[in-house]
Amino acid sequence: MGNSILKIENITMQFGGVTAIKDLSFEVQKGQIYGLIGPNGAGKTTIFNIITGNLTPTSGFVIFENENITSTKPNKVVYKGIARTFQNIRLFKSMTVLENILIGFDAQANYSYFEAILRLPRFFKKEKEIRQKAYELMKIFGIEEFADTNATALSYGNQRKVEIARALATNPKLLLLDEPAAGMNPNETAELSDIIHKIKKDFDLTILLIEHDMKFVNAMCDQLTVLDYGAKIFEGKPADAIVDEKVISAYLGDFSHA
Amino acid sequence: MKKIVRNIVLIIATLLFILYAQKNFDSYTLSILNNIGIFAILALSYNLINGVAGQFSLEPNGFVAIGAYFTAILLIPAETKVDMFALVDPAPIILQMKAQFLPAIVIGGIAASLVALLLSFPVFRVRGDYLAIVTLGFGFIIRIFAINNPAYTNGAMGLNDIPSNANFIWIGSIALITFIVMIHIIYSKFGRAMKSVRDDEDAATAMGINTFKMKTYAFMTSAFFEGLGGGLLASMLTTITPDQFSFLLTFQLLIIIVLGGLGSMSGALIATILVMGGMEWLRFLDDNIVLFGKDFGAHPGTRMVVFSIILIIMMLFARRGILGDKELFDYFKKKSK
Repeated sequence: MGNSILKIENITMQFGGVTAIKDLSFEVQKGQIYGLIGPNGAGKTTIFNIITGNLTPTSGFVIFENENITSTKPNKVVYKGIARTFQNIRLFKSMTVLENILIGFDAQANYSYFEAILRLPRFFKKEKEIRQKAYELMKIFGIEEFADTNATALSYGNQRKVEIARALATNPKLLLLDEPAAGMNPNETAELSDIIHKIKKDFDLTILLIEHDMKFVNAMCDQLTVLDYGAKIFEGKPADAIVDEKVISAYLGDFSHA
Repeated sequence: MKKIVRNIVLIIATLLFILYAQKNFDSYTLSILNNIGIFAILALSYNLINGVAGQFSLEPNGFVAIGAYFTAILLIPAETKVDMFALVDPAPIILQMKAQFLPAIVIGGIAASLVALLLSFPVFRVRGDYLAIVTLGFGFIIRIFAINNPAYTNGAMGLNDIPSNANFIWIGSIALITFIVMIHIIYSKFGRAMKSVRDDEDAATAMGINTFKMKTYAFMTSAFFEGLGGGLLASMLTTITPDQFSFLLTFQLLIIIVLGGLGSMSGALIATILVMGGMEWLRFLDDNIVLFGKDFGAHPGTRMVVFSIILIIMMLFARRGILGDKELFDYFKKKSK
């Protein structure tokens, strides 16, 4: 093996007296779609926030491409090649779809403040470049017709696409998706899994996703970790997870006393 | 290409108007235009930090004061300073400071900008209402500093006999430059990044935006033009005192940018003309009021009452300001589609 892109090493996270994550370790291999599932409050989003640097773990390390990135600032984590989406869609509400995606290209438009104010040639060159790239991205998601529409005026499914496109614009190696299929109808979910497979191939991505929809997880993930109360209770193939006793009792309750 | 030609034509037309106005308008009209010009500079720059970057700061009076004092001290000749400083003798450095008009106002702007840089470290540790309180405090500190350091500022008596170099050509062209700079910032990645900070700071960070840096850029740019405007104000009024730079100045600017639409530069420009011009045009209300042949006598203050009512009505019908957060030409763009 030795092909791991992300390593979570013995992470413990405490908020005051509450232990949200207990000594958690797992490893994501390059090119995988890795699932992180578990009941509400299991600590899934907390793990995302630790990976992206929004939270500093009480102990343990996040290793990305053999580099310790624990408690790196969130905006620097993006430069390392990790992008994310949010559980409750967080688009920039005053901006159009195009502008939202252009934000993702911020680092690639490397002109200076004074070049922008004086409108020097590099400004026009770079702006043109990132606009072209943004349109290519929108085409992949089939949202180019909404380029000049206010982002929050779109349907829920399309907003989700904009958010993923925006994350892709930062040119990530690892994409973190926080419940991408939440609130979508079966058609939209099917379309989304097609898109995720497509971008994974086109952009050579590794994907770590949180999800509740077991059908979606089964269809998408190569491997998954099941969390319950911040501890790992299962790691392996999705097909094995749904017959695992611990997983079933975590989701449906403990039947042993029944 | 068409757009560039159109913009150049607009710029030349504005410059021609400025030249024409300076030559042909009477001094009363010019003084109104000067006022509008200076407040346009201040409102446009204040709009960058408050409207575009969404940082509810209440500091512009502080930066205007810094710009005004620097410019005044640089412009007043040394002999005049010795005569003027009645409370204590001026500090030696004050006597040595001397510059031409343009360098003087630019130095005023740079000084304000540097203070903004220092201020941004403590100030941007807090958000929202707390930011407002902290920046409000800064305005007070500058004023109290000016009152209590007579060796540098001549204390509460202020500075008089500032050479009156600021005519409408200076003020108008600097207002035009401010507008262009602001538009160039907004329609670049920096403007987008500032707006993203306003909309959702955490999401902006997750896209790799250094939010502190963006706020500081907006703050420093804003401070630079506020300092510049302060310098023009000092030179136009020829006399400044610490009390001129009270919170009321900030408040007036806040009214203008909220009325124009937070984040809209053309909105700020229109609102400046309405507010500063409106205050003048409504002056007839303070004279004797004659309605239906009956003389109701003069009621000084009617002007402010009417003006306030107009403001309230405007805000009721345009909740997000005259232009919302869009620019005037954005509206034309939509129509042509």
